[in-house]
Amino acid sequence: MTGPQPRLDRREAVARLLQDRGELLVVSGLGSATYDCAAAGDDPRNFYLWGAMGGTAALALGLAQAQPDRPVAAITGDGDMLMGLGSLATIAAAQPANLSVIVLDNEVYGETGAQPTATARGVSLVDVARGCGIEALEDIRDMNALGTLATRMQRCEGTLFANIKIEAGEHPRVLPARDGAYLRSRFREAVLGAGP
Amino acid sequence: MSDTVIRPDAATPDWADALYDVLVQQNIRQVAYVPDAGHARLIERCEDNPDMTATVLTTEEDGVALLAGAWLGGDRGILLMQSSGVGNCVNMFTLIENCRLPLVTLITMRGEWGEFNPWQAQMGQATPDILTRMGVQAHRVDDPDDAAPTLDAAIRQSFDGMLASAVLLSQRLIGRKAFTEEG
Repeated sequence: MTGPQPRLDRREAVARLLQDRGELLVVSGLGSATYDCAAAGDDPRNFYLWGAMGGTAALALGLAQAQPDRPVAAITGDGDMLMGLGSLATIAAAQPANLSVIVLDNEVYGETGAQPTATARGVSLVDVARGCGIEALEDIRDMNALGTLATRMQRCEGTLFANIKIEAGEHPRVLPARDGAYLRSRFREAVLGAGP
Repeated sequence: MSDTVIRPDAATPDWADALYDVLVQQNIRQVAYVPDAGHARLIERCEDNPDMTATVLTTEEDGVALLAGAWLGGDRGILLMQSSGVGNCVNMFTLIENCRLPLVTLITMRGEWGEFNPWQAQMGQATPDILTRMGVQAHRVDDPDDAAPTLDAAIRQSFDGMLASAVLLSQRLIGRKAFTEEG
């Protein structure tokens, strides 16, 4: 007999991934992933999305290709990833060594009333990523595996995909700035220095 | 039963090489595309340039997001697509206006000049209005000699002025897509 499989707390998981972030550049997907990254500590090297659903991984790909010597992570939810599944094929074809795509998979659309996503009905994002040709860790359900991911995403040794199974409960919202022009200016300055 | 064979009229037009030269002169580093026969020559030249990263997309809106990331990381980029792809981009264009990001897209027009395929007509006709409504300035090119100067101007105003610009290459310019029936 097996009981329900363990899941991680989303805030603890993201805080662990970002605690020793080094040079890591982060693009966060709209909704809870953006709040989780802000809750872990606001940083100008976080580019928070408040919209553009489905575009998080593709945006991170462009960033990774522009900054090949720095680790880049897309941190997003299962709803956003499912909307942009095609971007996994694009990323697989491009294979940037410095890009990690990390999904916080609670199997629901948390912002809109916890309607189940396709992952609640058996769709495996890990299998999708592998089918595209991206190296993917097994579904992450414990802090040890999360520690391995945190180390791997710093190494820039190949495109990496990770799906973290998280609890569906909501946390208090931690809202970062949502003025996109401000977010992009401070990000550019943090990455490229002051200038036009 | 007959098979319909699609052949572009012009394989290596001079204007495509002139557009490529503009991309090189303007230091365009990332080229994201969903192919069109009218872009074939330009895509080929970009793929062959080791200083450019050419990314083939599964859908056009990913290119809007990708180029936003490219610019955040210091790279200038361009999105190549046909007019049908503009509809796919609509929600992603909000990223560009909200974050006041530069964007340049080069669009080959369908559905407007001797078009064989009626399924291209709606997006061909709606493309300039959709772009304008979403905050993207549209510059149409009918004369092949205007293609390179128009792209050059669009790139300058996008990256110097933080604007979104589209250059529309008319279907008459790129050459009507030839469909022939073979039995």
